[in-house]
Amino acid sequence: MGKQTLRNLFWKRFKRNGLAVAGGVIVLALFFVAVFAPLLSPYNPDAIDRHNVLMPPGLQHPLGTDDLGRDVMSRMIWGARISLAVGFVAIGIATAIGMLLGALAGYYGGWTDRVIMRFIDIMLSIPTFFLILAVIAFVGSSIWNIMIVIGLTAWMGVARLVRAEFLSLKEREFVLAARAIGASDVRIIFSHVMINSMAPVLVSAVLGVAGAVLVESALSFLGIGVQPPTPSWGNILSLGKDYIELAWWLSVFPGLAILVTVLGYNLLGEGIRDSIDPRLWETERR
Amino acid sequence: MLAYLFKRLLEIIPTLFGITLISFFIIHLAPGKPTDIFTELNPKITPEARERLEKLYHLDKPVIVQYGLWLKKIARFDFGESFSSDHRPVIEKIWDSRKPLIERRLFVTFMINLLSMVVILLVALPLGIFSATHQNSLWDKIATTTVFIGFAMPTFWLALLLMILFGVELHWLPISQLKSMGYASLPFWGKVWDLTKHLLLPIFVSAFTGLAADSRFMRSSMLEVVRQDFVTVARAKGLPERLVIYRHAFRNALLPIITLAGLSVGGLVGGSVIFENIFGIPGMGQLFYMSVMTRDYPTVMGILTIGAFLTLFGNLLADLGYMFADPRIRAK
Repeated sequence: MGKQTLRNLFWKRFKRNGLAVAGGVIVLALFFVAVFAPLLSPYNPDAIDRHNVLMPPGLQHPLGTDDLGRDVMSRMIWGARISLAVGFVAIGIATAIGMLLGALAGYYGGWTDRVIMRFIDIMLSIPTFFLILAVIAFVGSSIWNIMIVIGLTAWMGVARLVRAEFLSLKEREFVLAARAIGASDVRIIFSHVMINSMAPVLVSAVLGVAGAVLVESALSFLGIGVQPPTPSWGNILSLGKDYIELAWWLSVFPGLAILVTVLGYNLLGEGIRDSIDPRLWETERR
Repeated sequence: MLAYLFKRLLEIIPTLFGITLISFFIIHLAPGKPTDIFTELNPKITPEARERLEKLYHLDKPVIVQYGLWLKKIARFDFGESFSSDHRPVIEKIWDSRKPLIERRLFVTFMINLLSMVVILLVALPLGIFSATHQNSLWDKIATTTVFIGFAMPTFWLALLLMILFGVELHWLPISQLKSMGYASLPFWGKVWDLTKHLLLPIFVSAFTGLAADSRFMRSSMLEVVRQDFVTVARAKGLPERLVIYRHAFRNALLPIITLAGLSVGGLVGGSVIFENIFGIPGMGQLFYMSVMTRDYPTVMGILTIGAFLTLFGNLLADLGYMFADPRIRAK
């Protein structure tokens, strides 16, 4: 405490923002559940119990059982792993592509910029969910395919962001100085400019994870995403639809988990944005 | 202004070309072939018959040649014939001119998206203005919280919950299809009422996310505008607050919303796969889902192209709306 470093300022503002902290707690809790899934889940998530099919929530099964008698709570706890993995890997891929293309467009300008920007416009005009659906259905719905395809269709925002940062940063003195002492383009791009444009990228990545979680659950809900018996929140929900008149718990709980998770990432992302951006520090009361 | 419009229209062509090129390659280079499914369904099919089929659909040629052939047909608005067992032209599957409007898939999807867009704007704009003019009031806080939840809401879950509540528990609304069994024998207003009942939930669900986004955006846009000098001037010369807000501030705050609404068309179209699937609505999204499952390439490509065109068209409309609303741009 005491030192007015940027990091301290960031933490001070972040901690004062109750919603942001709540978002952080939700995300940490998700990590905890995903990592310790084997210890936390009361049952084996794949254990079939023909005598306890479609049991409503009760003492034995806090969140009920599904059509094969599997414990819904255990399946949801294991499903947290899928949700976490898909969110982070997909957005990792998207962020890497977006940063690279955005940097190239912003740094080199000219033809490179025009081609990349046109490509971004095209990608933004494809109804992305249609394309994801088609590709996953064709190449097969392994979890890796899902992560890669979501990643390949989610990079445009980051690319635009990084490009804008590069446009404003590349003429600054520290970049000119680096160039003057003979630094290579690669070095300037990665260790001078990129570092300085990380803050908005981080925010957009955290918000992007929320989007990826939603897309994955929608795919699994449609039966094209994560395939049973691997548990995911989306495919439990899909069962919920099949048994809509018999088992409300199959619909209510996994959806709630998705809602809270996405809410957590959104709150965390917006919290980081508000605390990271010095321009917003003035407009506290807004 | 006309020149600008013309330029924008021309720009759609290369973009659409790029979209179809990318989609075509992705779809056709994915491992596996549509003929695999024929083989699966009918194990007796001989390799020769299979080859014949591939030849018939040009699947034996390089992808670039296939794309060229596809493009040549598209120039004449011919989307080719479906690979499915009915072998109907794709265009007829999407827009069957022999059936009444309400049974044409593209019309159904378009109507639902248009209606939800109307709902979004009718609800989100007043809500955003109210939140901004009553900033930090209890209602503003409730609205803000709702918006945050709205952003995070998986729409298919919302759909399930509403189906359980209104369909399974209360029996107020039907939970699937577009029409009841006895639709054909109903009088005109009975038909309208029947359709309305079936459309209420789908439209609410597909409007929900957009509602959250647009009202939030309207609020911040409004807050930005009311701080500006011309609003202070309007107040200073003694205009009633209602006029200041609705005539002076509102029009200016509307500009970014127009852009946002245009950009959201793509999301709405993409979302139609999900809600048409849940509610069993016979629209373009449902057809897309079925075509994807059976690797019906021509239908998949046809719907992707129409979807992309609708998205681009939405963006163009937004630009036009922007010009219409902002005299500064019109003057340029």
